[in-house]
Order: sequence, then structure tokens, then C-alpha cells
Amino acid sequence: MLEIKDLKAEIEGKIILNGINLVVKPGEVHAVMGPNGAGKSTLSAVLAGRADYTVTGGEVSFNGKDLLEMSPEDRAREGVFLAFQYPVEIPGVSTTNFLKTAINEKRKYLGLEPMEATAFLKFMREKMELMEMDKALTSRSLNEGFSGGEKKRNEVFQMAMLEPKLTIMDETDSGLDIDALRLVSAGVNKLKDGERSFVVITHYQRLLDYIVPDFVHVLYKGRIVKSGDASLAKELEAKGYDWIKAEVEQGANT
Amino acid sequence: MAEEVDIIDQVVGQEYKYGFTTNIEMETAPKGLTEDTIRFISSKKTEPEWMLEYRLKAFRYWQSLSSPSWQNFSYPAVDYQDIIYYAAPKEKITLDSLDQVDPELLKTFEKLGISLSEQKRLTGVAVDAVFDSVSIATTFKDQLKEKGIIFCSMSEAVHEHPDLVKKYLSSVVPYTDNFFAALNAAVFSDGSFVYIPKGVRCPMELSTYFRINAENTGQFERTLIIADEGSYVSYLEGCTAPMRDENQLHAAVVELVALENAEIKYSTVQNWYPGDKNGKGGIYNFVTKRGICLGDYAKISWTQVETGSAITWKYPSCILKGDHSVGEFFSVAVTNNMQQADTGTKMIHIGKNTKSRIVSKGISAGKSHNTYRGLVKVNKKADKARNHTQCDSMLIGDRSGAHTFPYIEINNKSAMVEHEASTSKIGEDQIFYCNQRGIGTEEAIGLIVNGFCREVLNQLPMEFAVEAQKLLAVSLEGSVG
Ligand SMILES: Nc1ncnc2c1ncn2[C@@H]1O[C@H](COP(=O)(O)OP(=O)(O)OP(=O)(O)O)[C@@H](O)[C@H]1O
Ligand SMILES: [Mg+2]
Repeated sequence: MLEIKDLKAEIEGKIILNGINLVVKPGEVHAVMGPNGAGKSTLSAVLAGRADYTVTGGEVSFNGKDLLEMSPEDRAREGVFLAFQYPVEIPGVSTTNFLKTAINEKRKYLGLEPMEATAFLKFMREKMELMEMDKALTSRSLNEGFSGGEKKRNEVFQMAMLEPKLTIMDETDSGLDIDALRLVSAGVNKLKDGERSFVVITHYQRLLDYIVPDFVHVLYKGRIVKSGDASLAKELEAKGYDWIKAEVEQGANT
Repeated sequence: MAEEVDIIDQVVGQEYKYGFTTNIEMETAPKGLTEDTIRFISSKKTEPEWMLEYRLKAFRYWQSLSSPSWQNFSYPAVDYQDIIYYAAPKEKITLDSLDQVDPELLKTFEKLGISLSEQKRLTGVAVDAVFDSVSIATTFKDQLKEKGIIFCSMSEAVHEHPDLVKKYLSSVVPYTDNFFAALNAAVFSDGSFVYIPKGVRCPMELSTYFRINAENTGQFERTLIIADEGSYVSYLEGCTAPMRDENQLHAAVVELVALENAEIKYSTVQNWYPGDKNGKGGIYNFVTKRGICLGDYAKISWTQVETGSAITWKYPSCILKGDHSVGEFFSVAVTNNMQQADTGTKMIHIGKNTKSRIVSKGISAGKSHNTYRGLVKVNKKADKARNHTQCDSMLIGDRSGAHTFPYIEINNKSAMVEHEASTSKIGEDQIFYCNQRGIGTEEAIGLIVNGFCREVLNQLPMEFAVEAQKLLAVSLEGSVG
């Protein structure tokens, strides 16, 4: 599904990603952890095609296609979804209208007819039930005046609507209360179908109790410095990052 | 990135899709403006003596004026002797039947998306089509007549309804009002005339479509709408012009009169040719629009979506004379490339308990400048007048400008006047967010801008709201590079 080979990226001359290697197969859940400023959001932004970052080396293939060659919108239409760490507000545009536009742009790209209004509304109702979304939120302007938790839930709802192949969640759990965390995780689990893959960026083991990862990676100074199974996250929770940092320094000195 | 720029260039290259010209034999007045020009226009229209007299008086007054200079933009001086003041298709036009309209003209309007054949036309909209200086056709006239509604060209009204014309023409915008109003009164060619009788609710949208075609020609239409006691009408004007290198002048006058309990909703979707991206060519849109709520509980509501013209200079205004009368102004003005807009409104509170509301949304992209200029005036006797003004500006890119000049004059202590203003920028974050959901940059800007203008677009009749949304998107194409 996703193959990242030696990916390097910088912003304003500062190297942030320094040779990332990662393979995500269909149906897998990968957790990416790591200290603040390690480059986790940068990795997600580069995969989504944010123009601020310059890719200086490496390759990314997505279902056999060169992801880095594609425009951000084409990556999305091919099935890459990024749940933002900080979703933006778009005043005057309802979530409904926004998603209708997004879905129809994707359909156009795939050579399909646009979805008709009634079919769309029905589809949306189903997804709202599935994700236990509050109706009031979808008729309001996109993210405008939403609480932090509401914004995150809206991200996951959009994911359900757009049915991506690969979802990258950037700290979607931050700012969620316990109930919302449960709802969001349940939503994600409902979307798992053995084909869809997830890259979950998080600081907390708590989320991984609900969304159980197949792999856990630690990102530090622009590199994946350690990978393991779900137990690695538990270890990090207990011990913090210092021992990993020490390991890295040691590796660098030998 | 290089590729992106190419795409934007392409889009800019195809920017104005109404820029074609119609090849048709025209009859024109000789270039320039003298008393003879005015006699020529008047005789072409076989006008009665009183009309000619009115024009000449206006002309003499205009000659005593010099063109105004208080605006917040610059433009090269207009040579008023280098303009053709009258241009009409040569083919004799019979206003009764479409069969006799030159097929070229019908095609022109079809191309603009305005079908004049009633079967094809959206039901519920009657259209008056004005091509250069004359009205080509007015649809649904007979159905409207059954209700006593008059919807015809101004030229026709001068002949058929002289009493109404004499009574109301120039009553809201006298020729002494300003430079362009005087010019218009002297040389106005055609435009629409509407009269809604007492207690009648006009059953369909009335709409006039203006098209400038001929070269070196100015368009000076004149519109007069009278809503008698307890009546209601919703009226919409649209306009386009071919792409030409020289600037063309559009100096219209619109007068609205709402009697007791009457309501007039006047919507404009203005899409005159804005000039190319270097600022060459385009229409100078200098228009005087004013309505008066003559009777108690009357209401006038202006809605405008301004996307075209090289320069737009207009302030649709309301004189709230009747007690409890209401004035509204909803505006979206978009400027891109080198366009300039200085627009807003005047709300003059004269009656007691009068209310006004102003919602202005300015969007500037490219190197354009967008100015809101508004006056709220409360006269001495206007007890308990209320106004609420909201001015929002949105900037796209960092070379454009937004300016706000609110003027407030209050002469009555019981007045309550509120003003809110905001300026925002379309962020790359917003665009990237849309991109990430599969929405391309052009569509994203369209979506964000439409969201920004929602409040105003909601005021437009359904069919036109859709058109206006598309127009907003089109006029901002290529604005982010
Ligand atoms: N525009 C920028 N200019 C300079 N440095 C930047 C810019 N954007 C990001 N960085 C730097 O890149 C590094 C990685 O940032 P990133 O947001 O990817 O970290 P993160 O792992 O997501 O951290 P967190 O856990 O705090 O969200 C940080 O040191 C950050 O300051
Ligand atoms: Mg981050």
C-alpha cells in the first residue's frame, strides 16, 4: 500500500526528515510516536503534499504510484486522508456542502458521475449514525466555533465519508475527553475492513488500547529509530524517551 | 511549482467568456456630445417635446460640471467627445414579436445564457433584453399585463405611460444629483420601466439583461421601478460586454419608488468586462442607484454581486422617508488583477422608526483595490432610527488592498447605529485543507469565497444565486499563484 524509502525533507533549509523508511501493508495499523518536534507532523504533511516542505531525497509509492509526483488533491483522490492535528475553520461553508464538493471532486477524478443530492444525504445520514455524529455540527460552518474535541471528531467523520485507503491521523486523540476518545476509536475500528490502512500519530498509549496497532515506531530527529509491536508503546509509556535517545546517541558514537 | 504557475496562466488566459462580439449592422450617432447628439437620440426615439426639453436641460447643467475626483482610485480622464452615445441594430425591431428580431441578436443572448423565447426560458422570470442603446425584447408581457403590471422598455414607457414617467422620472435621482446622473439624463438610451399596481404581488422575477456590444460606445440606461401601495416586486439585472482594448463607459441611473407598504427587491449581478490582467480595457461602471421609501412601512432592498468592470463606482442608496420604512444593502464586490471598486451605500433616515441594514463583503485579489464607502445619516426628526452595518474584507495574496470608509451623521439622539468590520485573508492552511480532501485550489477558493459571501448570496433569487456563485469562482480564477 504505502512504501516510504529513505525520505528526506527540509523546510527553510532546516532538515526535518532525515531518511524515513516505512512499509504499510493493506489492513495494517501503524502507530508513530516520538518526542515533540521529532518530525511526526512533518511526515504526515509531506505525505499529504504540503508545498512548504521540500523533499530532498527518497521515494514514496502508494499502491504502485509515485506519491511525491502527485498534487495534494490527487493524493487525496487516490485515497490518502490526513486527519489534521489542527483542523482549519472555513466560515460560511457547511460540513455537508464541503463534503459534497470533496466527494464529487473525487468521483470526477475516478470518472464517476457526481452523487445526486438525495443519494448524498442518505449516504451522509448513514455515516453519521455509524460515527454517532451530532446533526447540529454538520449543518454549521466547517469547524467554525467547534470545540477542540468537536473538530477532531469532525475529522474522523470526514474520513468515514471519504472512505480513504490510507488514513494518517495526526494526534487525533489530543484534546478528546474519555467518551469522545472512545467514540473516535470505535469509529476508526468500524472502518477497518482488512484493506484500509492507518498510520496513527499519538503521544499516548491510551489511544492504542482502543485502536490496537500492528506496529509501533519511534520517530526521533527525523528518523525512525525503533520499531516494535504494541508492547513498545507500553514500554514508552512507562519509561519515556530518554533510553531511546541514549541508544541513538550511542549508535551515533560507535 | 512551475507547473502550477502554467495552469494558472492558462486559466487567466481564458478568463472572460462573454468577450465575443456580435456582427450586426448598427446605426449610430456621430461620435461626440453636443446638443445635436441629444436631438438625434431624442428623434430616433420619436420622443415627445417634454422629454427632449428635459434632456437638454440636463445637458446644459452637465456642461457646467467637471468630473468628480473624491474617489479612492485613479483612472485616466474620460474623453466625452470620443464616445458614441447611441448605437442600435439597424434591423427594424418590432417589440411585439420575437420572430422579427434579428436571429444574430437572439443567438447573442442564447450564448449569454438568456433565452428570449418564452418556452425555453426559466419559468417565473420575465426578461427585458437591452443591446447597446435599445431594448430588444421583453418577455411575458401579456401575462404581466393581466395583473396590471407594466414591464417594458423606457422608450416605450415614454410613449405609452407618459403620466407615470413624468411624475417619477428624475424624482429620486434628479439630473442635478451628480456628474454622471446629469450625463445620463441628457443621453440615456434605454432601460426598463416597471410599475406594479396597488396590492399586486408580482408573480415572477423581472429581469433586465444589458449587453454592450458596439465599439467606442457608452451605455447609459435608465431604469425606473414604481411599486404602488402594498405591492411587491423582485427585479434583477445582469450585464456583460465584449473584450475590447479601450475602456468603455457605463453610466446608468436606476430609480426605485416604494409607496406605503410596498416592497422592492433589486438584485444586480454585474459582470462587465474587467479588462485584461494588465489592466488594459474594461468597463468603467459609474452608476447612480437610489430608491425612496415614500410611504410608511415601505421596504427597499439592494443586493449586488459585483465581479466585473475595470472600475466600479456606485452606491445604491435608500431614502427612508416613510415612518417604519426599511432599507437594506447586501453587497459582494470582487476585484482581481488591476480592477478597482469603490462601492457602498447611503442610508438616509428621515421617517420615524426607520431601519437600515448594511452587509458588505469585499474580496480583493491580484493587485486590485476594493473600497467600501458608506454613509448612514439620521435626520433630526427620525426618532428611533436603527442601523446595523457589517463590512467584511477578504484579501487573496499580498498585493491587493481593502479599504473601509464608513461615514456616520447623526442628528437625533434616539438613533442607534452599529458598525462592525473585519479583514481576513484566505490562508494557505485553508486551501491545503481543501486540497487534502480532494478539492483543487481553484474550487477551494471558490468554496471559501462563497462561504464568506453566504449571507449576501442567500438574498438572491435561487436561479441567480447559483449563477452568482459560479461567477465568483470564475472571476477569481488564477488569483493565487
Ligand atoms: N515552517 C517551519 N520553519 C522552521 N521549522 C519548522 C517549520 N515547521 C516545522 N518546523 C520544525 O520541524 C520540527 C518538526 O516539527 P513537527 O511539527 O513535524 O514535529 P512533531 O513531531 O509533529 O511534534 P509534536 O509532537 O509537538 O506535534 C520542529 O523542530 C519544528 O520546529
Ligand atoms: Mg505534530
